Amino acid sequence: MKRVGATQEVSGQSPNYLLSKFQHLVDWAVNASRANSLWPMPFGTACCAIEFMATAASRYDFARFGMERQAFSPRQADVLICAGRLPFKLAPVIRRIYDQMPQPKWVISMGACASTGGIFDNYAMVQGIDTIVPVDVYVPGCPPRPEGLLYGVLLLHKKIKGESLFDAVRRRDEQPLDDKGLRLPPETIDELSEPFGNSVHQFRSA
Amino acid sequence: MSKRTLELALATPGVDAEGRPARIPLTTPPGAGEEREPDVSGEHLLVNIGPQHPATHGVLRLVVELDGETVVRCIPHLGYLHSGFEKLGEYRHYNQIIPLTDRTDYLSPMANNVGMAMAAETLMGIEITPRCTVLRVIACEMSRIISHMVWLGTTSIDLGAFTPFLWAFQERERIYDLQEMWTGARLTTSLTRVGGLMADIPDRFVEQLRHFTRTFPKTLAEIDRVLTRNAVWVGRTQGVGVLSAAEAINQSLSGPMLRASGVAYDVRKDKPYLDYETYDFEVPVGEHGDVYDRYLVRLEECHQANRILEQALDRLPDGPINVDDPRVILPSKTRAMSDMEAMIFHFKQVMEGVKAPVGEAYVGIENPKGELGNYFVSDGTAKPVRWRIRPPSFINLSALPKMAEGHLLSDLIAINASVDIVMGEVDR
Amino acid sequence: MLRATFGAAIGRAEVARDGEPVVFVARDRLLAVMTWLKETPDQQYDYLVDVTAVEFRDRERPLEVVYFLRSLTRRADLRVKVELQPCDELVVDSVWALWHGADWLEREVYDMFGISFRGHPDLRRILMWETYAEGYPLRKSFPLRGRFSRAEQVRQALNANPEAHYSMEELSIAEAGGDLPDDMRERLRRGERGTIPDSE
Repeated sequence: MKRVGATQEVSGQSPNYLLSKFQHLVDWAVNASRANSLWPMPFGTACCAIEFMATAASRYDFARFGMERQAFSPRQADVLICAGRLPFKLAPVIRRIYDQMPQPKWVISMGACASTGGIFDNYAMVQGIDTIVPVDVYVPGCPPRPEGLLYGVLLLHKKIKGESLFDAVRRRDEQPLDDKGLRLPPETIDELSEPFGNSVHQFRSA
Repeated sequence: MSKRTLELALATPGVDAEGRPARIPLTTPPGAGEEREPDVSGEHLLVNIGPQHPATHGVLRLVVELDGETVVRCIPHLGYLHSGFEKLGEYRHYNQIIPLTDRTDYLSPMANNVGMAMAAETLMGIEITPRCTVLRVIACEMSRIISHMVWLGTTSIDLGAFTPFLWAFQERERIYDLQEMWTGARLTTSLTRVGGLMADIPDRFVEQLRHFTRTFPKTLAEIDRVLTRNAVWVGRTQGVGVLSAAEAINQSLSGPMLRASGVAYDVRKDKPYLDYETYDFEVPVGEHGDVYDRYLVRLEECHQANRILEQALDRLPDGPINVDDPRVILPSKTRAMSDMEAMIFHFKQVMEGVKAPVGEAYVGIENPKGELGNYFVSDGTAKPVRWRIRPPSFINLSALPKMAEGHLLSDLIAINASVDIVMGEVDR
Repeated sequence: MLRATFGAAIGRAEVARDGEPVVFVARDRLLAVMTWLKETPDQQYDYLVDVTAVEFRDRERPLEVVYFLRSLTRRADLRVKVELQPCDELVVDSVWALWHGADWLEREVYDMFGISFRGHPDLRRILMWETYAEGYPLRKSFPLRGRFSRAEQVRQALNANPEAHYSMEELSIAEAGGDLPDDMRERLRRGERGTIPDSE
């Protein structure tokens, strides 16, 4: 397993050959076991949830990739898959569910609406769940095909396998909400939520 | 009152002789000392189910007041999937609204597309071609089958049977193949356009659909064999969630919910559209209005949908799918690139949209969930002043509190499943 | 026939583009007209299909509350409209007593347009959260993306307590309100944002 070469001295990494080999082995074992048995928490809201269910059904079975048991309780889940659009009314719910998940945890944002708000650029929709929870993998599509979701899961596997127990920089952090109740500074949220592309031309004709 | 609630009335201290729950305050009255410990035997428990819950079929939140295991009151909270569809519709041309309709009832997207296009065509006074009519019937019945298959799969999971879910979803995959062959998308089909369809069916479609109609009854028979006379299934669904015909009418229910309560009203038979009066099919009507009857009604509707599909395939006429009006339908690309007039029509339609005359129109179709209505109000421009979706699931769900009172918590799950809601449509 | 019975209360009648008759009714006689429509043996409009409201882009035109009625036995449809001037109070009588199906439909009209229904048992917002402060979304004066900035909307949404959507009326708390501890009562009254919900 090739590791990305570090170009700077990072704390926690020992220059000793045997120790680093040991860390490498431990990381490989831990990451492989985490990646190959990710238990998803399906936070399915809308149409993507149906494609998620189709991915779980017989034809595209994602139990082959380790997601055998769908954990409906966040306390027992590894990865939160937000499948579907997220209105503002549901925002505190997903934040609370994310907070309830124990570490290590990852988030897959499935579909265009979860990633950026999708076609719903209006008063009711959160413009991307990354304004609320930190996201690891974005799966585009409306809805993404089951193969697309599986590709996203495999990307997450790759990401997990690149993590390290011993390197604080590469470990996931909790990213809690700040004192105003936001995860990102307000300017960043506004910038992420700005309309782009065709949605700015809605008032073009009569 | 069903046998179950009578037993409860006799056995449960919190319920009086008629089966009505006694209202007990939530906290101990003042002066009972400093005790904050809830007195379990005399108080009701408030349980919050959802919005994230595997058995709520989407983001529905049920606040349930329980007396032991009996539901005293159930209050649904909606809005967790409110996406502002109707507001968005006011900023879109009629053809641009069609992709939005896929996402309201995402279990049967083609039926939604058809319903909305029919409403827009009624508003504009457009009559569609015979081939388009038959193809839309095929689309609606395919949607009926996939919607009922989801319902069957998820209801059996809620009640503990996991295998019918996989069988049902396998059938859905076969229909998804057909939908993908036709429109390019499995779920968000955007099939119709005002005045026609997005594309004609490809070559192998008819034979593949015919193959489906031949093999689908076998799956239905398998599911029937597993569930219909199964003691567990019958025990959990018979007598549960009873709604009388008068109550169902008063509550404005529609679709299988209304028919299972004994009211023989089906939009296809009573206000036919798309030539449904020329097809030979029956509409199943239940008697008791409980969850079991709704299951039987939906299962039989799948059989009837299969029957309609066979007839529609037999009578599929040749001809154009789009109406021959260049102000409404985009001209073909070759003509638009070579003929000046066609190019102008293309330009006007894309830039300005199709202008609808002043007025309003409401068209209701028989969605798998009930009567789906689309109401357009136009002021002469290309964007509607008001687009209202009459959501069958929203109105069917309003009967849930009445149906659930007096039943056990696990019955509440069965009743919730039998309403066949899809939260995208409930919240829009 | 309606005009014969009710005379001046009936406004104009027209036919919509889908062939359905549309009747305009004055606001104060609405309940009487609806009761007559439901109970008279010739009319028997026992099924309420939908209740909604329409606001036109032209500011001069009044808001319309539209009732879609159907008679299952006679297989007839009727659309009844009530016009409301925006400068007036936006209040209409509720038809819940006649058709229970109007329960949530009227709540939705209230949530989206701000039109109150007199006599409705439980008029609360249904699609937006109860203390939603930005206004009534489907009004033409309400911008598509809402009145607050996105960051503010996210902040308000995240600070909402997901369990605070109980209203005083829906639970027996209303009856036991005096028995509750003071801080709980204050919290329930103020809702999740800690302020008394304002009415728009």
